[in-house]
Amino acid sequence: MAFGVEQAKRWMSIANDHIQQQKQYLTELDQAIGDGDHGLNMARGFQEVVEKIASANYEDLGSLFKDISMTLIAKVGGASGPLYGTAFLRMSLALAGKKEADDKELIAALEAALDGIKARGKANVGEKTMVDVWEPVMEFLREKESLQVKEAALLAKEKMEHTKELEAKKGRAAYLGKRSVGHIDPGSASSHLLFAALAEALEG
Amino acid sequence: MKYVSLVLISHSEEIVNGLKKLLNQVQPDVSIAVAGGNDGEIGTNAFRIKEAVESVYSEKGVVILFDIGSALMNAELAMEMLEKTDHIAIADAPLVEGAYIAAVEAGLGKSLDEVVRACEQAKQMVKVVRSEVE
Repeated sequence: MAFGVEQAKRWMSIANDHIQQQKQYLTELDQAIGDGDHGLNMARGFQEVVEKIASANYEDLGSLFKDISMTLIAKVGGASGPLYGTAFLRMSLALAGKKEADDKELIAALEAALDGIKARGKANVGEKTMVDVWEPVMEFLREKESLQVKEAALLAKEKMEHTKELEAKKGRAAYLGKRSVGHIDPGSASSHLLFAALAEALEG
Repeated sequence: MKYVSLVLISHSEEIVNGLKKLLNQVQPDVSIAVAGGNDGEIGTNAFRIKEAVESVYSEKGVVILFDIGSALMNAELAMEMLEKTDHIAIADAPLVEGAYIAAVEAGLGKSLDEVVRACEQAKQMVKVVRSEVE
């Protein structure tokens, strides 16, 4: 399946639609165990992203993802700014000079994004963060070696729901310790929205 | 620059502006730059941190102090965006007490390593001496 600038733009546009619709939900998740700014931050950041990339022309995927990254870093004040900003920055490096990416190349770029998130947040699986969605989804895609995005989105949803059972070890929620159990991690919820949007952008 | 400079990062613009004012009174010779808030809202911003570091940079050194949460992630991101980071250090210290010590030590002409080490000691500082009989 071909993934070019047009598909990437559609991914961001659908992701933004989801985030705007779920803004209140993401905020409620964050109010329960964090500082309550996740919905607002993500909505502001992705709105800016969509506006920035909509009218611009891009020669390659690298420059498009660089713009996405820089916009998120500049506009999102909470932890999701540097985390998603780093993720898209790593994708932009992996896709530099490419007009289109095949399955293998896009999976490698998403893998680089995950590495970036882990390096920035110093988080690993089981700590109730977005890594609890990204890591199993990337494991699945790596194994399949093809972009089975619908299955990946379903897995992302399942793994997001699984964060409910985990005790937070990172971020503001870690102060709550065991009291964080029973709540979905907001970062895992927005990560699920990104994978769901990718599936819709590529398969309709 | 003769002295190590300071960069203060907070989610709140008012916190670092106030802290800078306090430190200027204690030690007016040390250069201090602030990166507080994000577009007037609560948050931190890697680009603003980068600019703050550049504005007070010298080979004598820059020590970065930050408040909570994502401030560290954005400080590290800013470091990656900077061209040279040889003389820049992020201190693992509480913001107010750490910056106070850093300003005093920097004003004494100490090296970057010495300033960082001194302000990281702020973590062990006893602020309230409790009597053993209570």
